[in-house]
Amino acid sequence: MKKSLFFMMLLVLAIALCACSGDTKKDDPANNVNDQGQTASSDSVSYGGEIVVGISQDLDSLDPHKAVAAGTKEVLYNIFEGLIKVDKDGNFVPAVAASYEITDGGLKYKFKLRDNVKFHNGKVVTADDVIYSLKRAAGKLETSDPEVVTVSAFSIISEINKTDDGIEVVLSEPNTELIGFFTSSIIPNDYDDQAKAPVGTGPFKFVSFEPLVSFVMAKNDDYYGEKAYLDKVTFKITSGGDSAFMELLAGSIDIFPYLTNEQAAQLEGKMDVLDGTMNLVQALFLNNAVKPFDDVRVRQAVCYALDRNEIINVTAGGRGDVIGTNMFPSFAKYYDASLVDNYKTNIDKAKELLKEAGYENGFTFTIKIPSNYDFHVKTGQVIVSQLAKVGIKAEIQLIDWGTWLSDVYKGRQHDATIIGLDSQMAPSDVLRFYPTDSSKNFMNYSNAQFDEVFAKAKAAVDETEKANLYREAEKILTEDAAAAYIQSPAQLVAVNSKLGGYTFYPIYVQDMSTVYFKK
Amino acid sequence: MNYYIKKLISFLITLFCVALLSFLLFQIIPGDAAMSKLGIEATPEQVEELRAQYGYDRNVFARFFSWFGGIFTGDLGVSIKYGPMKVSELIGARLPVTIWLGVLSIILIVVISIPLGLICAKKPGGVVDIVSDWVAQLFMAVPSFVQGILISFVFGIILSLFIPGKYVSPLTDFPEFLQCMFFPALAVALPKIAMTVRFMKTSVKKELKCDYVRTAKAKGCSVNRIMWKHVLKNSMLPVITFIGLIVAEVMAGSIMIEKVFNLPGMGLLLVNSISNRDYPVVQAIVMYIALIVITVNFLVDIAYRLLDPRQTEEGL
Repeated sequence: MKKSLFFMMLLVLAIALCACSGDTKKDDPANNVNDQGQTASSDSVSYGGEIVVGISQDLDSLDPHKAVAAGTKEVLYNIFEGLIKVDKDGNFVPAVAASYEITDGGLKYKFKLRDNVKFHNGKVVTADDVIYSLKRAAGKLETSDPEVVTVSAFSIISEINKTDDGIEVVLSEPNTELIGFFTSSIIPNDYDDQAKAPVGTGPFKFVSFEPLVSFVMAKNDDYYGEKAYLDKVTFKITSGGDSAFMELLAGSIDIFPYLTNEQAAQLEGKMDVLDGTMNLVQALFLNNAVKPFDDVRVRQAVCYALDRNEIINVTAGGRGDVIGTNMFPSFAKYYDASLVDNYKTNIDKAKELLKEAGYENGFTFTIKIPSNYDFHVKTGQVIVSQLAKVGIKAEIQLIDWGTWLSDVYKGRQHDATIIGLDSQMAPSDVLRFYPTDSSKNFMNYSNAQFDEVFAKAKAAVDETEKANLYREAEKILTEDAAAAYIQSPAQLVAVNSKLGGYTFYPIYVQDMSTVYFKK
Repeated sequence: MNYYIKKLISFLITLFCVALLSFLLFQIIPGDAAMSKLGIEATPEQVEELRAQYGYDRNVFARFFSWFGGIFTGDLGVSIKYGPMKVSELIGARLPVTIWLGVLSIILIVVISIPLGLICAKKPGGVVDIVSDWVAQLFMAVPSFVQGILISFVFGIILSLFIPGKYVSPLTDFPEFLQCMFFPALAVALPKIAMTVRFMKTSVKKELKCDYVRTAKAKGCSVNRIMWKHVLKNSMLPVITFIGLIVAEVMAGSIMIEKVFNLPGMGLLLVNSISNRDYPVVQAIVMYIALIVITVNFLVDIAYRLLDPRQTEEGL
């Protein structure tokens, strides 16, 4: 019997060793990590070829106006374009429009259209298509489709008119930030099959979609701008986690944009690992209306108790930017970097604040985290252990995404939650969660002073004044400890070393038109 | 005849209860399709409008019966997540994956475990018996998804016998499709083989102790003849029940294995549809699973009667 036991243990050991041999390399992966995507040198670029890109969730709709998930928009970015688009430095550059002009102090937006833009079905883009698309996205068509997720910022559009060379959008109140929303997709006005076979103007055109399997697109040879290098790109829907990584190791995926830190370390030498930022505001969002978080001192105590650098070290191997307010560092114009150090880790101060607020012996609360986001779950675990040091007992409750939407986001039934908030390229959009009367204010934050500054900032026309007002608003959030802000997480992308040109943008997209095979 | 009518009635009643229960259960969990579809940008008014379009403003039972009525006209409705795509279309494309995965793994289970069980029982304490006993313990103890990951790693990455995560549609290339399915099927089969071998062994051993075996021996029957002609048939009875259960389990979708190998089968679709609150799809898959389980049980009953005529109608 003893002998057989020993034999079995040997067997188990052998299998365990076999399984571990992949991650025995312990070298720092940092030396093969590039920082800012890849830059092309013209002599190494070649045209043609096809690649497979791994994505971790299924697409929620092929109709660009119905797609909600960031994981869908990043794919459809290749098929559809707006009047303008965002370049890699965060500038608004013309796309379907040839140029644009904001006049009358932000009351009128004029877009001159290009005359050589064609939809993938061969039709030339006209002002009517553009007007139809904008109205559809704004929910202003006569018969509206309730599945279209309207751009709420477009609610201030009062009329859209045709001009000699394009269109003119008139607003009911001045707003210079609206330009960021004109990235909204332009679609043909006489085509009803977007959800099955999408037709846009982008550098790639749709080929096929099989639920849970793949989304395939091919180069658009009629593209008006710089044409794509690759002939065909397949977005393969993986079930995420280990199985996606296994496929990466086996070489059946060329690009995978959602590596964990451990996976990046294991890929060293096998693939290029690029390091960008997700442009999300990750925070422990506290429900400002429930006890004890209705007391600003308690919220501040939580902020002081957290060690953000430790969180980033544990969850992402030190990659990621610590933030102190609800704004990402890459949005530099509006970002107040000085707020990062507002709540330097200080256990004594945290305890003192808790004592003042009457919670000398700490308290217990629950953090609801959507279970599909491993990264937030990990963050939560570190936070629980850090809060324990000041006597606060936090419990993690994992819920699924549907429950998060209904209970936490809409129902506001939570003590606290951890999530990453993304936004359009407009500061008012980044801060849209905080006005007292906002339907998106899932943390029940309320401060009349913030509301006033925010409204002023939104209305401001002068850029410097606007930026200053937004910084002021951010400062209020930080001082109120509206939430315990953590980081703008890093995004680690595995890229086959035969490929070049992968580019990071300040918005969440996978632009395949810049990717090429190296010669 | 009477027996089959009785069976058919209980068959339908079970199906109805399963449908109603799963429908009601789906009302209890928080979140709904409209909210999942529109995400965080939608205004409450928009969500309400979409809810109305999906018919959420109607009574639960009214909705249930309009859906249940649809089944009989062959209309399973339209998927909420996959837009204009019909549920039948969606499931039709996933069905071959799950069925072939099931068929392959059942073939593996039967072909490997029954002879192995016989051999082990024939020579208790022999090399085959002891080694298979250890291995069986190991395979039973390690969850099948871990075995799936190990199989991917050993056969896919180290030995490069297949590409993990690769999937070819049966319509494009059937032989390659089967090739993609083999290793996942192995991962499904291994723990079940381990269990079936042990089951088979015990059952055969028990039969070997019976009086008729001694009588046959006394009459001068060869050991092999006793094994194949008499013992095998008798010892198969409990094993068939057991395999029946396994068939039901495997055909209903090996959710974890489909996830590990990234196979677009029913299991994966079910999990995704639950989190999207795509109830037409969930209901349809639940019905499919119930149908499989009930049918398999029915077939097991019939197999019993064929193998052992003593099982009378009253006995069932």
